[in-house]
Amino acid sequence: MRAAARRLFLVLIAVFLAAPLVVVAGVSFNREPRMTFPPRNPSWRWYGVFFSDDGWTAALSHSLEIAALAALVSITIALPIAYTRWRYRSSVAGWLEAIARLPFLLPLIVLGILFLAFWSWLGHVGRIENTILSHAVVFVGLPLASLAIGFRSIDPAYVEAARTMGARGGDVFRTVLVPLLLPYAACGMIFVFILSLNEYIIAYLVAGYEVETLPIKVFNSLRMGFQPTMCVGAMVFVAVGVLGFGAIAAIGDLPKLLGGRLR
Amino acid sequence: MLRSAALLTWPALALLALVVLPLLLLIRISLAPPDPDGLWTSGVVFDAYRNLAEPAWFATLVYSLCIAVLVAAIGLVLGFPLTLLITRMRRPHQVTWLVLLLATLTLSDVLIAFSWQVMLSKRIGLSQMLVWLRLMPQVDSLTPSVGAVIASIVYLVMPFTMLTLYPSLSAMPTEQLEAARMLGASPRVVFQTVVIPLNRAAALTAFAVSALLALGTYVCPIVLGRPQNWTMAVIISNAALAGHNVPLAAAMSLALVAAALVLIAAAFFGARHRWR
Repeated sequence: MRAAARRLFLVLIAVFLAAPLVVVAGVSFNREPRMTFPPRNPSWRWYGVFFSDDGWTAALSHSLEIAALAALVSITIALPIAYTRWRYRSSVAGWLEAIARLPFLLPLIVLGILFLAFWSWLGHVGRIENTILSHAVVFVGLPLASLAIGFRSIDPAYVEAARTMGARGGDVFRTVLVPLLLPYAACGMIFVFILSLNEYIIAYLVAGYEVETLPIKVFNSLRMGFQPTMCVGAMVFVAVGVLGFGAIAAIGDLPKLLGGRLR
Repeated sequence: MLRSAALLTWPALALLALVVLPLLLLIRISLAPPDPDGLWTSGVVFDAYRNLAEPAWFATLVYSLCIAVLVAAIGLVLGFPLTLLITRMRRPHQVTWLVLLLATLTLSDVLIAFSWQVMLSKRIGLSQMLVWLRLMPQVDSLTPSVGAVIASIVYLVMPFTMLTLYPSLSAMPTEQLEAARMLGASPRVVFQTVVIPLNRAAALTAFAVSALLALGTYVCPIVLGRPQNWTMAVIISNAALAGHNVPLAAAMSLALVAAALVLIAAAFFGARHRWR
Protein backbone atom coordinates (compact mmCIF):
# COMPACT_ATOMS: atom_id res chain seq x y z
CA MET A 1 0.00 0.00 0.00
CA ARG A 2 2.73 2.43 0.98
CA ALA A 3 4.81 1.29 -1.98
CA ALA A 4 1.82 1.85 -4.27
CA ALA A 5 1.25 5.34 -2.87
CA ARG A 6 4.92 6.11 -3.36
CA ARG A 7 4.81 4.92 -6.96
CA LEU A 8 1.68 6.95 -7.67
CA PHE A 9 3.39 10.06 -6.26
CA LEU A 10 6.46 9.50 -8.45
CA VAL A 11 4.33 8.95 -11.56
CA LEU A 12 2.23 12.06 -10.94
CA ILE A 13 5.33 14.22 -10.43
CA ALA A 14 7.02 12.76 -13.50
CA VAL A 15 3.89 13.60 -15.53
CA PHE A 16 3.85 17.12 -14.08
CA LEU A 17 7.51 17.65 -14.95
CA ALA A 18 7.32 16.10 -18.40
CA ALA A 19 3.93 17.49 -19.50
CA PRO A 20 5.08 20.89 -20.82
CA LEU A 21 7.98 19.24 -22.65
CA VAL A 22 5.66 16.70 -24.23
CA VAL A 23 2.97 19.23 -25.15
CA VAL A 24 5.42 21.65 -26.77
CA ALA A 25 7.11 18.80 -28.64
CA GLY A 26 3.73 17.58 -29.87
CA VAL A 27 2.53 21.00 -30.99
CA SER A 28 5.80 21.59 -32.88
CA PHE A 29 4.95 18.67 -35.18
CA ASN A 30 1.51 19.93 -36.23
CA ARG A 31 1.24 20.31 -39.97
CA GLU A 32 -1.20 23.22 -39.76
CA PRO A 33 -0.25 26.32 -37.74
CA ARG A 34 -2.62 25.43 -34.91
CA MET A 35 -2.26 24.88 -31.22
CA THR A 36 -3.57 21.32 -31.16
CA PHE A 37 -2.39 18.39 -29.14
CA PRO A 38 -1.87 15.54 -29.93
CA PRO A 39 -0.51 16.76 -33.29
CA ARG A 40 -2.54 16.22 -36.46
CA ASN A 41 -0.69 15.04 -39.58
CA PRO A 42 2.68 15.17 -37.85
CA SER A 43 5.47 16.67 -39.97
CA TRP A 44 8.85 18.37 -39.74
CA ARG A 45 7.47 21.34 -41.66
CA TRP A 46 8.04 24.00 -38.99
CA TYR A 47 11.56 22.79 -38.31
CA GLY A 48 12.34 23.61 -41.93
CA VAL A 49 10.68 27.00 -41.54
CA PHE A 50 12.63 27.69 -38.35
CA PHE A 51 16.03 26.96 -39.83
CA SER A 52 15.39 28.84 -43.07
CA ASP A 53 14.07 31.98 -41.34
CA ASP A 54 16.80 34.58 -40.83
CA GLY A 55 15.10 36.09 -37.78
CA TRP A 56 14.96 32.78 -35.90
CA THR A 57 18.46 31.62 -36.83
CA ALA A 58 19.89 35.03 -35.90
CA ALA A 59 18.16 34.80 -32.50
CA LEU A 60 19.48 31.28 -32.02
CA SER A 61 23.04 32.28 -32.87
CA HIS A 62 22.85 35.33 -30.56
CA SER A 63 21.70 33.04 -27.75
CA LEU A 64 24.44 30.49 -28.35
CA GLU A 65 27.14 33.16 -28.61
CA ILE A 66 26.03 34.91 -25.42
CA ALA A 67 25.72 31.66 -23.49
CA ALA A 68 29.13 30.33 -24.60
CA LEU A 69 30.98 33.57 -23.83
CA ALA A 70 29.14 34.07 -20.52
CA ALA A 71 30.20 30.56 -19.47
CA LEU A 72 33.79 31.30 -20.46
CA VAL A 73 33.93 34.64 -18.62
CA SER A 74 32.31 33.20 -15.52
CA ILE A 75 34.88 30.40 -15.26
CA THR A 76 37.74 32.92 -15.53
CA ILE A 77 36.24 34.68 -12.53
CA ALA A 78 35.39 31.55 -10.54
CA LEU A 79 38.53 29.48 -11.05
CA PRO A 80 41.09 31.91 -9.54
CA ILE A 81 38.79 32.49 -6.54
CA ALA A 82 38.25 28.77 -5.90
CA TYR A 83 41.94 28.01 -6.47
CA THR A 84 43.34 30.72 -4.14
CA ARG A 85 40.80 29.76 -1.49
CA TRP A 86 41.96 26.17 -1.66
CA ARG A 87 45.71 26.75 -2.17
CA TYR A 88 46.43 29.84 -0.05
CA ARG A 89 43.31 29.94 2.16
CA SER A 90 43.07 33.52 0.94
CA SER A 91 40.61 35.64 2.89
CA VAL A 92 40.36 38.07 -0.03
CA ALA A 93 39.08 35.17 -2.10
CA GLY A 94 36.54 34.52 0.65
CA TRP A 95 35.28 38.09 0.33
CA LEU A 96 35.15 37.83 -3.45
CA GLU A 97 33.18 34.62 -3.14
CA ALA A 98 30.67 36.39 -0.92
CA ILE A 99 30.31 39.16 -3.53
CA ALA A 100 29.89 36.55 -6.25
CA ARG A 101 27.03 34.99 -4.26
CA LEU A 102 25.29 38.36 -3.89
CA PRO A 103 23.36 38.19 -7.20
CA PHE A 104 21.66 35.01 -5.95
CA LEU A 105 20.03 37.08 -3.23
CA LEU A 106 18.52 39.43 -5.78
CA PRO A 107 15.39 38.53 -7.73
CA LEU A 108 16.04 38.46 -11.50
CA ILE A 109 13.89 41.52 -12.17
CA VAL A 110 16.03 43.50 -9.72
CA LEU A 111 19.20 42.35 -11.50
CA GLY A 112 17.58 43.41 -14.77
CA ILE A 113 16.92 46.95 -13.51
CA LEU A 114 20.39 47.04 -11.94
CA PHE A 115 22.14 46.22 -15.21
CA LEU A 116 19.79 48.41 -17.23
CA ALA A 117 20.85 51.34 -15.03
CA PHE A 118 24.51 50.34 -15.09
CA TRP A 119 24.91 49.99 -18.87
CA SER A 120 22.87 53.15 -19.52
CA TRP A 121 25.06 55.04 -17.05
CA LEU A 122 28.13 53.89 -18.99
CA GLY A 123 26.42 54.99 -22.20
CA HIS A 124 26.97 51.50 -23.55
CA VAL A 125 23.48 50.56 -24.67
CA GLY A 126 22.15 47.74 -26.80
CA ARG A 127 25.41 45.81 -27.19
CA ILE A 128 25.88 42.09 -27.00
CA GLU A 129 28.72 42.47 -24.45
CA ASN A 130 26.19 43.84 -21.97
CA THR A 131 24.24 40.62 -22.01
CA ILE A 132 27.37 38.45 -21.92
CA LEU A 133 29.00 40.22 -18.95
CA SER A 134 25.74 40.57 -17.03
CA HIS A 135 25.01 36.85 -17.39
CA ALA A 136 28.61 35.94 -16.51
CA VAL A 137 28.46 37.65 -13.10
CA VAL A 138 24.84 36.77 -12.35
CA PHE A 139 25.54 33.04 -12.73
CA VAL A 140 29.16 32.96 -11.46
CA GLY A 141 28.00 31.35 -8.22
CA LEU A 142 27.36 28.08 -10.08
CA PRO A 143 30.92 27.35 -11.27
CA LEU A 144 32.12 28.56 -7.87
CA ALA A 145 29.92 25.98 -6.15
CA SER A 146 30.88 23.14 -8.50
CA LEU A 147 34.60 24.01 -8.27
CA ALA A 148 34.33 24.07 -4.47
CA ILE A 149 32.97 20.51 -4.59
CA GLY A 150 35.81 19.63 -6.97
CA PHE A 151 38.60 21.06 -4.82
CA ARG A 152 37.11 19.38 -1.75
CA SER A 153 37.17 16.02 -3.50
CA ILE A 154 40.89 16.22 -4.36
CA ASP A 155 42.90 13.82 -2.26
CA PRO A 156 45.78 15.88 -0.72
CA ALA A 157 48.01 12.81 -1.15
CA TYR A 158 48.12 13.37 -4.94
CA VAL A 159 49.32 16.93 -4.52
CA GLU A 160 51.77 15.83 -1.84
CA ALA A 161 53.15 13.09 -4.06
CA ALA A 162 53.60 15.48 -6.99
CA ARG A 163 55.44 17.97 -4.75
CA THR A 164 57.76 15.34 -3.26
CA MET A 165 58.68 14.35 -6.78
CA GLY A 166 59.71 17.94 -7.45
CA ALA A 167 56.67 19.45 -9.16
CA ARG A 168 56.20 23.17 -8.61
CA GLY A 169 52.92 25.08 -8.24
CA GLY A 170 52.38 25.40 -11.99
CA ASP A 171 53.24 21.75 -12.64
CA VAL A 172 50.91 20.55 -9.93
CA PHE A 173 48.15 22.69 -11.35
CA ARG A 174 48.63 21.41 -14.88
CA THR A 175 49.24 17.73 -14.24
CA VAL A 176 47.18 17.02 -11.12
CA LEU A 177 44.52 19.66 -10.62
CA VAL A 178 43.40 20.26 -14.21
CA PRO A 179 42.49 16.63 -14.97
CA LEU A 180 40.80 16.16 -11.59
CA LEU A 181 38.87 19.44 -11.81
CA LEU A 182 37.87 19.26 -15.45
CA PRO A 183 34.46 17.61 -14.92
CA TYR A 184 33.59 20.10 -12.16
CA ALA A 185 34.63 23.10 -14.23
CA ALA A 186 32.74 21.73 -17.24
CA CYS A 187 29.66 21.13 -15.10
CA GLY A 188 29.74 24.71 -13.78
CA MET A 189 30.20 26.11 -17.27
CA ILE A 190 27.39 24.03 -18.73
CA PHE A 191 25.06 25.30 -15.98
CA VAL A 192 25.98 28.90 -16.81
CA PHE A 193 25.56 28.14 -20.51
CA ILE A 194 22.08 26.70 -20.08
CA LEU A 195 20.80 29.32 -17.64
CA SER A 196 22.15 32.10 -19.84
CA LEU A 197 20.53 30.54 -22.89
CA ASN A 198 17.17 30.64 -21.11
CA GLU A 199 17.40 33.95 -19.32
CA TYR A 200 14.87 36.49 -20.55
CA ILE A 201 14.43 39.60 -18.43
CA ILE A 202 18.07 40.72 -18.03
CA ALA A 203 18.81 40.08 -21.71
CA TYR A 204 15.69 42.03 -22.63
CA LEU A 205 16.41 45.01 -20.38
CA VAL A 206 20.12 45.42 -21.22
CA ALA A 207 20.01 44.94 -24.98
CA GLY A 208 16.68 43.40 -25.96
CA TYR A 209 15.88 45.77 -28.83
CA GLU A 210 19.17 45.33 -30.63
CA VAL A 211 20.29 41.85 -29.60
CA GLU A 212 17.28 39.58 -29.87
CA THR A 213 17.93 36.25 -28.16
CA LEU A 214 15.73 33.19 -28.62
CA PRO A 215 13.65 33.72 -25.43
CA ILE A 216 13.13 37.38 -26.40
CA LYS A 217 12.07 36.36 -29.90
CA VAL A 218 9.67 33.74 -28.51
CA PHE A 219 8.19 36.26 -26.09
CA ASN A 220 7.77 38.87 -28.85
CA SER A 221 6.04 36.34 -31.10
CA LEU A 222 3.88 35.22 -28.18
CA ARG A 223 2.40 38.71 -28.12
CA MET A 224 1.65 38.62 -31.83
CA GLY A 225 -0.19 35.34 -31.57
CA PHE A 226 0.70 31.71 -31.96
CA GLN A 227 3.39 30.54 -34.39
CA PRO A 228 4.49 26.88 -34.51
CA THR A 229 8.11 28.03 -34.97
CA MET A 230 8.06 29.06 -31.29
CA CYS A 231 7.62 25.43 -30.35
CA VAL A 232 10.48 24.50 -32.64
CA GLY A 233 12.63 27.08 -30.85
CA ALA A 234 11.68 25.48 -27.55
CA MET A 235 12.60 22.04 -28.85
CA VAL A 236 15.97 23.29 -30.09
CA PHE A 237 16.61 24.54 -26.56
CA VAL A 238 15.65 21.28 -24.93
CA ALA A 239 17.87 19.43 -27.41
CA VAL A 240 20.84 21.70 -26.61
CA GLY A 241 20.18 21.31 -22.89
CA VAL A 242 19.84 17.54 -22.98
CA LEU A 243 23.02 17.31 -25.08
CA GLY A 244 24.81 19.53 -22.55
CA PHE A 245 23.72 17.55 -19.52
CA GLY A 246 24.22 14.31 -21.42
CA ALA A 247 27.81 15.47 -21.96
CA ILE A 248 28.17 16.05 -18.22
CA ALA A 249 26.76 12.62 -17.44
CA ALA A 250 29.18 11.12 -19.97
CA ILE A 251 32.38 12.86 -18.82
CA GLY A 252 31.65 12.78 -15.12
CA ASP A 253 29.62 11.33 -12.32
CA LEU A 254 26.35 13.28 -12.52
CA PRO A 255 25.08 12.62 -8.97
CA LYS A 256 28.49 13.52 -7.54
CA LEU A 257 28.79 16.67 -9.66
CA LEU A 258 25.44 17.81 -8.28
CA GLY A 259 26.81 17.39 -4.77
CA GLY A 260 25.27 14.01 -4.04
CA ARG A 261 26.89 11.12 -2.22
CA LEU A 262 26.25 7.62 -3.49
CA ARG A 263 26.53 4.67 -1.25
CA MET B 1 50.67 36.07 -1.15
CA LEU B 2 51.87 37.95 -4.23
CA ARG B 3 50.79 35.06 -6.43
CA SER B 4 47.32 34.96 -4.98
CA ALA B 5 47.03 38.75 -5.39
CA ALA B 6 47.99 38.43 -9.05
CA LEU B 7 45.53 35.61 -9.61
CA LEU B 8 42.71 37.52 -7.96
CA THR B 9 43.15 40.77 -9.89
CA TRP B 10 40.75 39.94 -12.70
CA PRO B 11 38.02 38.35 -10.52
CA ALA B 12 38.21 41.29 -8.11
CA LEU B 13 37.99 43.86 -10.90
CA ALA B 14 35.14 42.03 -12.59
CA LEU B 15 33.11 41.59 -9.40
CA LEU B 16 33.68 45.13 -8.16
CA ALA B 17 32.83 46.65 -11.55
CA LEU B 18 29.88 44.40 -12.37
CA VAL B 19 28.30 43.65 -8.98
CA VAL B 20 29.32 46.18 -6.32
CA LEU B 21 29.36 49.28 -8.53
CA PRO B 22 25.96 48.59 -10.18
CA LEU B 23 24.46 47.92 -6.75
CA LEU B 24 25.72 51.27 -5.42
CA LEU B 25 24.50 52.92 -8.62
CA LEU B 26 21.03 51.41 -8.12
CA ILE B 27 20.87 52.91 -4.63
CA ARG B 28 22.04 56.28 -5.98
CA ILE B 29 19.52 56.26 -8.83
CA SER B 30 16.64 55.48 -6.50
CA LEU B 31 17.31 58.95 -5.03
CA ALA B 32 17.58 60.79 -8.37
CA PRO B 33 14.82 62.82 -10.05
CA PRO B 34 13.46 60.99 -13.11
CA ASP B 35 14.03 62.36 -16.59
CA PRO B 36 11.12 61.65 -18.96
CA ASP B 37 13.36 62.00 -22.04
CA GLY B 38 16.37 60.15 -20.69
CA LEU B 39 16.79 58.02 -17.60
CA TRP B 40 17.48 60.24 -14.60
CA THR B 41 19.02 63.63 -13.75
CA SER B 42 21.40 64.75 -11.03
CA GLY B 43 20.13 65.83 -7.65
CA VAL B 44 18.64 64.10 -4.65
CA VAL B 45 14.91 63.68 -4.08
CA PHE B 46 12.85 61.18 -2.15
CA ASP B 47 9.90 61.14 -4.57
CA ALA B 48 10.42 57.53 -5.59
CA TYR B 49 10.30 56.35 -1.98
CA ARG B 50 7.32 58.58 -1.27
CA ASN B 51 5.50 56.76 -4.07
CA LEU B 52 6.08 53.52 -2.20
CA ALA B 53 3.85 54.73 0.62
CA GLU B 54 0.76 54.38 -1.59
CA PRO B 55 -1.56 51.61 -0.37
CA ALA B 56 -2.02 50.14 -3.88
CA TRP B 57 1.71 49.63 -4.21
CA PHE B 58 1.97 48.12 -0.78
CA ALA B 59 -0.89 45.73 -1.52
CA THR B 60 0.96 44.50 -4.64
CA LEU B 61 4.12 43.97 -2.63
CA VAL B 62 2.28 41.89 -0.03
CA TYR B 63 0.47 39.97 -2.78
CA SER B 64 3.80 39.20 -4.54
CA LEU B 65 5.37 38.02 -1.29
CA CYS B 66 2.36 35.78 -0.61
CA ILE B 67 2.64 34.23 -4.09
CA ALA B 68 6.38 33.67 -3.58
CA VAL B 69 5.86 32.05 -0.17
CA LEU B 70 3.05 29.87 -1.50
CA VAL B 71 5.15 28.77 -4.48
CA ALA B 72 8.18 28.05 -2.29
CA ALA B 73 6.01 26.07 0.15
CA ILE B 74 4.41 23.99 -2.62
CA GLY B 75 7.85 23.44 -4.14
CA LEU B 76 9.15 22.20 -0.81
CA VAL B 77 6.12 20.02 0.00
CA LEU B 78 6.43 18.28 -3.38
CA GLY B 79 10.18 18.54 -3.83
CA PHE B 80 11.33 17.35 -0.43
CA PRO B 81 9.71 13.88 -0.45
CA LEU B 82 10.52 13.50 -4.15
CA THR B 83 14.20 14.32 -3.64
CA LEU B 84 14.29 12.00 -0.63
CA LEU B 85 12.86 9.17 -2.74
CA ILE B 86 15.32 9.91 -5.56
CA THR B 87 18.33 9.79 -3.24
CA ARG B 88 17.22 6.34 -2.00
CA MET B 89 16.96 4.95 -5.54
CA ARG B 90 19.58 2.85 -7.27
CA ARG B 91 22.08 4.73 -9.40
CA PRO B 92 20.57 4.33 -12.91
CA HIS B 93 17.15 5.48 -11.66
CA GLN B 94 18.74 8.36 -9.85
CA VAL B 95 20.53 9.51 -13.00
CA THR B 96 17.30 9.25 -15.02
CA TRP B 97 15.43 11.44 -12.54
CA LEU B 98 18.27 13.95 -12.41
CA VAL B 99 18.32 14.19 -16.19
CA LEU B 100 14.53 14.75 -16.24
CA LEU B 101 14.96 17.55 -13.69
CA LEU B 102 17.79 19.09 -15.65
CA ALA B 103 15.75 18.83 -18.85
CA THR B 104 12.99 20.96 -17.29
CA LEU B 105 15.74 23.40 -16.34
CA THR B 106 16.47 23.89 -20.03
CA LEU B 107 13.05 25.47 -20.56
CA SER B 108 13.24 29.23 -20.31
CA ASP B 109 10.48 30.90 -18.26
CA VAL B 110 9.16 32.21 -21.57
CA LEU B 111 8.78 28.66 -22.84
CA ILE B 112 7.32 27.43 -19.55
CA ALA B 113 4.70 30.16 -19.58
CA PHE B 114 3.96 29.41 -23.21
CA SER B 115 3.65 25.66 -22.72
CA TRP B 116 1.35 26.13 -19.72
CA GLN B 117 -0.74 28.44 -21.84
CA VAL B 118 -0.97 25.68 -24.44
CA MET B 119 -1.77 23.01 -21.83
CA LEU B 120 -4.45 25.08 -20.12
CA SER B 121 -6.10 26.27 -23.31
CA LYS B 122 -9.60 25.21 -24.26
CA ARG B 123 -8.72 22.69 -26.92
CA ILE B 124 -5.99 20.79 -25.14
CA GLY B 125 -6.07 18.04 -22.53
CA LEU B 126 -6.33 19.45 -19.05
CA SER B 127 -9.66 21.22 -19.15
CA GLN B 128 -11.26 18.28 -20.98
CA MET B 129 -9.84 15.93 -18.37
CA LEU B 130 -11.32 18.03 -15.55
CA VAL B 131 -14.72 17.95 -17.25
CA TRP B 132 -14.46 14.18 -17.57
CA LEU B 133 -13.61 13.95 -13.86
CA ARG B 134 -16.66 16.20 -13.25
CA LEU B 135 -14.52 18.82 -11.58
CA MET B 136 -15.58 21.38 -14.19
CA PRO B 137 -19.02 21.91 -15.72
CA GLN B 138 -17.81 22.54 -19.29
CA VAL B 139 -14.67 22.80 -21.39
CA ASP B 140 -13.13 26.22 -20.92
CA SER B 141 -9.78 27.94 -20.99
CA LEU B 142 -8.03 27.83 -17.61
CA THR B 143 -5.97 30.95 -18.33
CA PRO B 144 -5.64 33.73 -17.44
CA SER B 145 -5.95 32.96 -13.76
CA VAL B 146 -3.98 33.18 -10.55
CA GLY B 147 -3.91 29.37 -10.39
CA ALA B 148 -2.17 29.20 -13.76
CA VAL B 149 0.39 31.78 -12.58
CA ILE B 150 1.13 29.78 -9.42
CA ALA B 151 1.30 26.41 -11.21
CA SER B 152 3.73 27.71 -13.82
CA ILE B 153 6.00 29.35 -11.24
CA VAL B 154 6.00 26.14 -9.16
CA TYR B 155 7.10 24.34 -12.31
CA LEU B 156 9.81 26.96 -12.85
CA VAL B 157 11.28 26.70 -9.34
CA MET B 158 10.96 22.93 -8.76
CA PRO B 159 14.32 21.91 -10.30
CA PHE B 160 16.09 24.60 -8.27
CA THR B 161 14.34 23.53 -5.06
CA MET B 162 15.30 19.92 -5.64
CA LEU B 163 18.89 20.51 -6.72
CA THR B 164 19.37 22.57 -3.55
CA LEU B 165 17.97 19.76 -1.38
CA TYR B 166 19.79 16.99 -3.20
CA PRO B 167 23.30 17.18 -1.64
CA SER B 168 21.98 17.24 1.92
CA LEU B 169 19.37 14.52 1.47
CA SER B 170 21.78 12.29 -0.38
CA ALA B 171 24.36 12.62 2.39
CA MET B 172 21.86 11.40 4.99
CA PRO B 173 22.93 7.91 6.11
CA THR B 174 20.32 5.19 5.60
CA GLU B 175 21.53 3.54 8.84
CA GLN B 176 20.07 6.31 10.97
CA LEU B 177 16.66 5.91 9.37
CA GLU B 178 16.81 2.15 9.79
CA ALA B 179 17.89 2.45 13.41
CA ALA B 180 14.93 4.71 14.17
CA ARG B 181 12.59 2.35 12.37
CA MET B 182 13.96 -0.67 14.23
CA LEU B 183 13.41 1.07 17.52
CA GLY B 184 9.75 1.12 16.58
CA ALA B 185 9.30 4.62 15.22
CA SER B 186 6.54 4.98 12.63
CA PRO B 187 7.53 6.43 9.24
CA ARG B 188 5.87 9.67 10.27
CA VAL B 189 7.87 9.89 13.48
CA VAL B 190 11.09 9.05 11.62
CA PHE B 191 10.33 11.83 9.16
CA GLN B 192 9.65 14.36 11.89
CA THR B 193 12.41 13.46 14.33
CA VAL B 194 15.24 12.32 12.04
CA VAL B 195 14.76 13.44 8.44
CA ILE B 196 13.60 17.00 9.01
CA PRO B 197 16.14 17.97 11.70
CA LEU B 198 19.02 16.54 9.64
CA ASN B 199 18.03 18.51 6.55
CA ARG B 200 16.60 21.66 8.09
CA ALA B 201 19.34 23.97 6.78
CA ALA B 202 19.01 22.62 3.23
CA ALA B 203 15.22 22.87 3.35
CA LEU B 204 15.40 26.50 4.45
CA THR B 205 17.94 27.33 1.76
CA ALA B 206 15.74 25.64 -0.84
CA PHE B 207 12.77 27.65 0.45
CA ALA B 208 14.75 30.90 0.18
CA VAL B 209 16.08 30.08 -3.30
CA SER B 210 12.63 29.26 -4.63
CA ALA B 211 10.96 32.26 -2.98
CA LEU B 212 13.56 34.62 -4.48
CA LEU B 213 13.19 33.04 -7.91
CA ALA B 214 9.42 33.28 -7.69
CA LEU B 215 9.64 36.96 -6.71
CA GLY B 216 11.81 37.76 -9.71
CA THR B 217 9.76 36.13 -12.43
CA TYR B 218 8.20 38.49 -14.90
CA VAL B 219 7.02 36.33 -17.75
CA CYS B 220 4.68 33.89 -15.98
CA PRO B 221 2.37 36.49 -14.39
CA ILE B 222 2.22 38.62 -17.53
CA VAL B 223 1.44 35.72 -19.86
CA LEU B 224 -0.83 33.64 -17.62
CA GLY B 225 -2.37 36.24 -15.32
CA ARG B 226 -4.85 39.08 -15.54
CA PRO B 227 -3.58 42.58 -14.68
CA GLN B 228 -4.84 42.12 -11.11
CA ASN B 229 -2.59 39.01 -10.85
CA TRP B 230 0.53 40.95 -11.82
CA THR B 231 3.35 40.78 -9.33
CA MET B 232 6.02 43.31 -8.36
CA ALA B 233 8.28 42.08 -11.16
CA VAL B 234 5.74 43.23 -13.76
CA ILE B 235 5.07 46.53 -11.95
CA ILE B 236 8.81 47.27 -11.72
CA SER B 237 9.56 46.60 -15.37
CA ASN B 238 6.48 48.60 -16.41
CA ALA B 239 7.75 51.53 -14.36
CA ALA B 240 11.11 51.36 -16.11
CA LEU B 241 9.96 50.62 -19.66
CA ALA B 242 6.45 51.99 -20.08
CA GLY B 243 6.65 54.71 -17.42
CA HIS B 244 10.24 55.79 -18.23
CA ASN B 245 10.80 56.21 -14.51
CA VAL B 246 14.03 54.37 -13.75
CA PRO B 247 14.42 55.96 -10.28
CA LEU B 248 11.00 54.60 -9.29
CA ALA B 249 11.92 51.15 -10.66
CA ALA B 250 15.17 51.30 -8.70
CA ALA B 251 13.41 52.26 -5.46
CA MET B 252 10.80 49.53 -5.93
CA SER B 253 13.57 47.00 -6.64
CA LEU B 254 15.39 47.91 -3.43
CA ALA B 255 12.16 47.76 -1.43
CA LEU B 256 11.41 44.34 -2.93
CA VAL B 257 14.88 43.06 -1.99
CA ALA B 258 14.54 44.45 1.54
CA ALA B 259 11.12 42.82 1.97
CA ALA B 260 12.41 39.52 0.60
CA LEU B 261 15.40 39.50 2.92
CA VAL B 262 13.24 40.28 5.95
CA LEU B 263 10.91 37.45 4.97
CA ILE B 264 13.75 34.97 4.55
CA ALA B 265 15.41 36.02 7.80
CA ALA B 266 12.05 35.51 9.52
CA ALA B 267 11.75 32.04 7.99
CA PHE B 268 15.23 31.08 9.20
CA PHE B 269 14.60 32.51 12.65
CA GLY B 270 11.16 30.94 12.94
CA ALA B 271 12.42 27.52 11.89
CA ARG B 272 15.24 27.62 14.41
CA HIS B 273 12.82 28.54 17.13
CA ARG B 274 10.30 25.90 16.16
CA TRP B 275 12.52 22.83 15.96
CA ARG B 276 15.13 23.39 18.60
